[in-house]
Parts: sequence; structure tokens; C-alpha cells
Amino acid sequence: MIRACLWALLSHWRRNPVQLFAYLAGLALATALWSGVQAINAEARASYDAAAATLGEGQFDLLVPRQGDGISLDQYVSLRRSGWLVSPVIDGRLDGVRLVGVDPVTSPTGMGAVDILGDGEPGLGRLEGVFANPQTALKLDPGVQVTVDASVAPGLAIGDIGIVQKLLQRDDLTRLIVLPDQPIDQPDLSLVAPGLRVQPAQQVADVAQLTDSFHLNLTAFGLLSFAVGLFIVHSTIGLAFEQRRGMIRTLRSLGVPLRTLVTLIVAEMMTLALIGAGLGIILGYLIAALLLPDVAATLRGLYGAEISGTLELRASWWVSGLLLAVLGTAAALSARIWQIAHMPLLASVRPRAWVTATASRFRLQSVGAVVLLGAAVPVALISDGLIAGFALLGCLLIGAALALPAVAAGILTVLERRTVTPVWGWFWADTRQQLPGLSLALMALLLAVSANIGVLTMVSSFRLTFVAFLDQRLAPELFVQTETADQSTALEAFLHTREIEALPLLRTGTTVADLPVELYGVRVGPTYRNSWVFLDAAPQAWDLVQTGKAAVVNEQLARRADLWVGDVLQVTPDLPLPIAAVVGDYGNPQGQIIVSEQVFTGLYPDIYPTRFGVRTSGAANLRAAIVTAVGIDDGAIIAQEAIKALSLEVFEKTFVVTSALNVLTLGVASFAILMSLLTLADLRVPQLAPVWALGLTRRRLGWLELLRAVLLAGLVFVCAIPMGLGLAWVLLSVINVEAFGWKLPMYLFPFDYLRLGFYAMVAAFLAAAWPALRLMRTPPATLLRVFARER
Amino acid sequence: MVLRLENIEKSFRDSEGVVPVLRGVSFDLAAGQTLALRGESGSGKSTLLHIAGALEAPDAGHVWVSGKDLTTLDDRGRAEMRRTDIALVFQQFNLIPSLTVAQNITFQSALSGAVDRAHVEQVTDALGLSSQMKKYPEALSGGQQQRVAIARAIAAKPKLMLADEPTGNLDEDTANDVLDQLLKLVAQTGAALMVVTHSPAIAARMDRQLHLKNGRLT
Repeated sequence: MIRACLWALLSHWRRNPVQLFAYLAGLALATALWSGVQAINAEARASYDAAAATLGEGQFDLLVPRQGDGISLDQYVSLRRSGWLVSPVIDGRLDGVRLVGVDPVTSPTGMGAVDILGDGEPGLGRLEGVFANPQTALKLDPGVQVTVDASVAPGLAIGDIGIVQKLLQRDDLTRLIVLPDQPIDQPDLSLVAPGLRVQPAQQVADVAQLTDSFHLNLTAFGLLSFAVGLFIVHSTIGLAFEQRRGMIRTLRSLGVPLRTLVTLIVAEMMTLALIGAGLGIILGYLIAALLLPDVAATLRGLYGAEISGTLELRASWWVSGLLLAVLGTAAALSARIWQIAHMPLLASVRPRAWVTATASRFRLQSVGAVVLLGAAVPVALISDGLIAGFALLGCLLIGAALALPAVAAGILTVLERRTVTPVWGWFWADTRQQLPGLSLALMALLLAVSANIGVLTMVSSFRLTFVAFLDQRLAPELFVQTETADQSTALEAFLHTREIEALPLLRTGTTVADLPVELYGVRVGPTYRNSWVFLDAAPQAWDLVQTGKAAVVNEQLARRADLWVGDVLQVTPDLPLPIAAVVGDYGNPQGQIIVSEQVFTGLYPDIYPTRFGVRTSGAANLRAAIVTAVGIDDGAIIAQEAIKALSLEVFEKTFVVTSALNVLTLGVASFAILMSLLTLADLRVPQLAPVWALGLTRRRLGWLELLRAVLLAGLVFVCAIPMGLGLAWVLLSVINVEAFGWKLPMYLFPFDYLRLGFYAMVAAFLAAAWPALRLMRTPPATLLRVFARER
Repeated sequence: MVLRLENIEKSFRDSEGVVPVLRGVSFDLAAGQTLALRGESGSGKSTLLHIAGALEAPDAGHVWVSGKDLTTLDDRGRAEMRRTDIALVFQQFNLIPSLTVAQNITFQSALSGAVDRAHVEQVTDALGLSSQMKKYPEALSGGQQQRVAIARAIAAKPKLMLADEPTGNLDEDTANDVLDQLLKLVAQTGAALMVVTHSPAIAARMDRQLHLKNGRLT
């Protein structure tokens, strides 16, 4: 019995291959995008973990220089002699690879780097080269002796400190690891090494934490694509069940017990779901492999985080993809199974037309829409945090999608009432009748177009703001990096004699309100006064800063510490300063404080400026003059245009992945329309046959079908505009604030929206083309059979 | 007795309250016997056929098919009876559109795990379906589809065959032809046949006729 019954159930798919394809493809697409982004996330997290484990980042306190980038060997020796148990580390870049040298003898236990270096025979060849994973090893110069070790984090090479110092041609150290157990009678650090400060372990920037928002964004996109894919699955399951109602009734009347039938249907659908999800995971792997280089570039550019260039088949992402696909299918299936279980055995033989609008379903969806859109208001007003931001997005998007069929039905009713010609009257009525069958595909399109409008608005607003920000911050025409105090003094003197405005930048790391921040000392002058635009400021803010009576903070710090204009900032235990202004800062995730040069040198007299901005109208000549007169290397001087170009390049790379996911989501939505139209095509024949018999040619009917798809896409686009703008507002004002600590102004881009609407309609036209062509070519005999059956 | 009904009662609930459909119907049907059940629309004919076919349970009374009381069986038990002892032929044919004619015909016997190929061949020859075996139902005329439905029922070698307006969707000539073949095959297998019909002509060709009016046999 089971075999015969299963054979009958499966025969449906054999006879309806397009439906089978839609089911498998829907699941495959849903799973592909989800597991693709999860694969990328898993790879990145594994890379962060590997790097943290290898270098012990975040595990130990560090000694770092108060000034400059290096620690001298003398300072290290003094510390060791005075009883400080510290281990030296040198960190630099060679051939685009991060090169880290450690001392295996003094390094704390538990550091992955020591395990790697200690693997070999003591004192033998292993300590003569560096260790890197296979991909990183290829990047290093062939002259560098590399031992391939897969356990080393991507983009990183480690070696004995002596070897690395030689390779980097340096004799200084980057930082010192403070071992956990220190002697009690240890002298104070300021006495032994006044140029160094302790950086507590928890303040070491955690790459995984920094990049969390980026990965959450990717996950949100994956989830959106998954939802769109599930619309296809839901729609296909619905149609397959409606078309099989007759078969199910027959099977029951021929003696197949309900429980057996339900079990077989569930087994059949879940097996197919697993096949679809399996295909999706393969596809997801390919998508991830395709996007990984861009993601790697983004993470390197934004956060300085290195991730592996190759993808591993990690259980964490493919199992989650499989599980999500199975659960999604089960959810879509459960309602249908419930229907079968409760369907009277002798329900009408005539298949209840799938496209028959059920007022109750629309009512239910509308209630759901009102509830979700209503819930969005308190979520927006009360809650905060990244998760709440995404919950708000979910409420808005799903609420809008649920409201769409009712809104569309209302508009079509109005159009129908205003039409006087019979053909167009029928056209609008028929379009309204198609809504339930197409609603899931239209909802998918709404989600995709809204997401596109929202993300487009966010990225373009961000781009405009970022360009303006670069103009403010990169006002000086040249930027010069100095290496020594003498060089800094010489540069200042040189510029002074030529009456050129120099903008020295003093910098150190400190802690304010328990947050790690960067403290800057600036020479307040016309450049700052004219270029910087504050988000909020007290009157004469720069005057207050210049006279040492106030400080400026960036938005990130203001939001994290909840300190705004007028609030008092404890710059050091002895120096409280009121905040004179809050400045937008879109270049980094760190908190920053800006004080006057005098205040800074008063706090840190030993720190000298290593970066200078220079105002000049003859950048090229001045650059050459600085090189010859001051002896600064040409590579240490960067022109304004070069920095701007580099910054914009990093910016564009940041959103490559987002754009790719946007296009993919729109593609999936178009596919949903195609599948809905194809699967509905057979049901359309009985609906169109009478109209054909009354005098409309098959060709005209085909064109009307095309027009219907395009008009519906247009309608969806109109509905998507407010939704997309709402989405953009949430992204700019909620998600960005939570993820990066800054709020971006929102700009509108009407021409871009119109272009997107055009794309959506072209996608709908292309999706409708095949079903319409099939209709145009439907033999009259097929249409006549409809009447023969009715007899 | 292949079929025995005793004091069958059945009501339905609609917007106006409880509507009694069958009120104490009793009769029986022996092997090889044919019976026509007539009555006006809404008289309860189809409901009675569904109860006899283990598709529906009565509110009161007992139904025995091949000696088994259907009212004591659960869903699984009733389903088994439909697979093994009962065969149904409907006005709407109820073929499985995604299976070929051959697969449809052997389907019910395959469900009970007892496909008799020789018997199937004999039935399909008798019904003139041999040349249609690889086709799908949609490619057949109404008369041919009903022949497939009859072939499916006969191929399962049922003890009780129930037909609900089996020729209701067919023209007169085709209807007569289909009925001839149905009666001939039922006679050959020795099954009992109950036909629900409006047609006096069809009823006249059965061994017995029963008339239902307002849920009672008259």
C-alpha cells in the first residue's frame, strides 16, 4: 500500500516538473543565500579566533608606547632588570602580510604562537624562518624561509623575534606582554619606563566584537533572502496541495488511512526539502566563495581584520542552512497537513480553485499587518540595541508584505469600478482574482524592492555624508608623517619660516568613562574653524577649545558615554572639561576627544606630534622641498587627493557585498513571480477559455497577461517606496547608531528609485514572458476541452 | 449477505439547525445481486451510499459489509475495508490525473497488495481500454474515463461495488454502453452492486429497486 500510495504522490511531480522545479529551486535559493552569508561569517569568525588564539590578543595586559610606534630594546632590558616579567613582541607588515615576532622563551603559556614555534626541535631550523598558513605563505617573498602551518591565522606570519626583526629591518619592539604573575616588589612603571603605559587586556580592540555589526548585517540580508525564498516554497506547497486535493480524496476513498497518507506526504515533502536544501548549500558555498574576496577586502579596509581567502565546509553553517530549510518547509507544510487532516473525506471533488480569494485569509493577513506595523511604533520608540533595530525592520517589512494583497485588492476594485469598457472591466476583475495566487510572489517582490530602496538610500546617503566628511577632515593639502622629535621640530621650523600653516596632530590612547578613547591635541586655526561641521555645538566652540576651556568629542563617544554639549568630560582625573561640540566622525568606530595643543602638551609633555597637516597651494613643490630640506622620506608624505581616493575606494568596497546581495534578492523575487505564473498557468486555462470563446484572441490574452504582471510590479513598486524609505530611516537612525555609533542624515534619490522601479517591472515582464508565450500558443483544442469537461 | 444496513440514521447541521437525512433505513444485499437506489435530490441516496462504502459513519444503526460491522471500526479499519472489500465508482470518475490509465486501473489492487495481472487484462479488454493504457486521464473522453474508473473497481475484486450516478456525466449511448459493461463484469465477479441513480431506465436494469423519500425507504 505504501509503495503504491507513494508512487501516486510522486507521480504528481513527474507530471508537473515546473512545480517540482519551483519547489526545489525556492528551497535551494532560500538556503543558498542564507548558508552563503553564514559560511562567510563562520570563516571570518574562525579567522578572528585563530588570530586571537595565536597572538593571545585580549588575554594579557600589554605595555605600549605613550608616543610613537616603537619600544627600544633598552626599555625592555630595564624592565626585565627591575623585575617586570614582560615578553617582547614585534609587529609589522611584509609583502602585505602581518609579521609578528615573539620570544618563545619569555612568552606566557597558552599563546598559540608559542605552541607553533615550540613544535620543532629546540634550537634547530624551525626557529630560523617564519610560520604561515599555505595561502599566506604564497604571498611572502621567496627569499623568506617559510614553514607552512595550517593552524596559523590567515594573513599572519609568526616567527622568533630575532628573525622577524631581521626581516622587518628593525631593532625595536612593538609591545610587551605583561605576564600574569608579577613579583610583589615590582617598581612603578613610570619610574622604570616612563615612555610606556599599560593597556589592560579588556581594552585591546576585539576584532570579533568590532566586526559584529558587519556580520549581523550580512545575516539580516541572508535572512531576508531566506524569507523571499520561503515565499516561493510556501506558494508552491500551497498550489501542489490544491492540485492534489482530488488525488488525496481519491486515495482516501480507495482505502488509504489518513495517518498513512499524512505520514507519506510529510516524508515526501521533507525528502524533497532536503534535496532542495542540499542543492542550496552547494549553491551557498559557491556564492560564499564568490563573495569572500570582497568581504575580506571590506573587513581589511574597515576594521583591519584579516580573514582567510579560502572557504571551509564548516558544519556550523551548512547544518544551520539545512535546519532552517527543514523548519521553514515544516512551517509551510503544517497548515496544509492540518487542512488534509480536517478535510472531510467527501469534500467536493471539484478542486477548490487555488486562486479563489478567501475573504477570511485577506482579513487575517490585514490584521497581522496592522498588529506588526502597530508594534513597530513602540519598538522604535522604546527599545534600543541592534537586535531591537532588526526587530523593527522585521515588523515593518513583514507588516507591509502582509498588507500588500488587501491594498492591491482595494486599488484594483477602484480601477474596476472606474472602467467602462467590458474588456478592461474584466481585466481588472481578473487581476483582482489572481491576487491570492500571486500574493506570495508579490510580497516577495515587495520585500526585495523595499530592501533595495532602503539599502540604496542608506548607501547613497552614507556616500554623500562621507564625501562631505572627507572634505572637512582632509582639508590640508599634504599630510606628513614624522619619525622622531627632531624631525617634527625641523618640519615645524621649516614651515614656519615659509609662513605655511602647519596643523600638528598630537595623539595618545586613554580611558574616559571606562571607554578606550583616542585623545588628540590640535592647533586650532582657520582650517578647523572653517572646515569642521559640528552636529551640535556651544556658541564660540572653537574659541573655548583654543583657550583650553572645553573639548570636542566625536559622536561615537558622545553616544556611548552619553555625554553631550555642556556635559563635563573627565579628560584625566585632574582635568574636567566641558564639551563644547560634538562632531560627526564616519571614519572609524573609536571614541575621540579633541583638545587644544596646549592642553594636550600640559597633560603629556613628552609626546610630540608625529602627524602634520599642511596647508599649501603648491603641494608638489612643497613636498619636494620637505624631502630635501627636512630629510623626510617621500613615502611619509601623502597628498590629500590620494587619501581621499583611498578612503572612497575602501568605502565602495565596503558596500560591494551589500550590492551583490541586493541584486541576488531581487533576482530571487523575480524568480518567485516566474514560478507563480508558471504554476498558475494550468489553472488559468479554465478561467481564460470563456473569454477566448467570447472573442479575445489568444495573442491578446497573452499580452494582457504580460501587462498584468508589469502593472502588478508597478503597484508593488509604488507600495515599496514608503516602505523602503522607512527601512532606510531605520538603517540610518537606528541600526547605524547601534552598529557604528553614528547617525547619518538621510537624503532622497528619486531618479535611482525610478530606475529601480523600472528594473522591477522589467523583471516582472521577463518573468511573465514565458507563461504568456505558452498561453499565446495554447492550442484551441485545450481551451475547448474546458467546455467539454463542463458538459 | 454482502451488505446489511440496520436502522441507519444520519443528520447534518446547517444554518437552520439539525437536518435529518436518513431515518432508520434498513435493507440488505446479497452477493451477485444488483440494487438501484432512487430518490429525489436531497433524499439521502448519496449519504446512504457513503455510509455503505465506509466513507462516512452513521449517527445510529449498524452497517455490515462481508460480515464486519463498519460502525465498530476506526478510521484505519474502515480504510482497510475500502481497500479490500469495497469499490466505488463516482460520477466525477475520481481518477488520479498524474497516473497513466494502466496505473490507475491497478492502483486500488496495488494498495491492497493483490494485483492480478490476468484479471486486469481481462477487464481492460472487456472495457475496450487496451489501446489506451499508456495515456493519461486528461487525454480520454468522459466515457473512457468512466470505463477506467469501473476497471479500477473491478480489478480490485471487491465484494461490494457502489456506484454514485456512474453515467451521470455521459451521453445516453455512452451511458448505456458503460452500464452494460458494468453489469456484465459485476455478474462475472459475483460482487454485489448498489447504484445510486435518478434514471428509471438504469434502475429498471437492476435486480431490485429501493426508493428513498425524506430519509425513509418507501
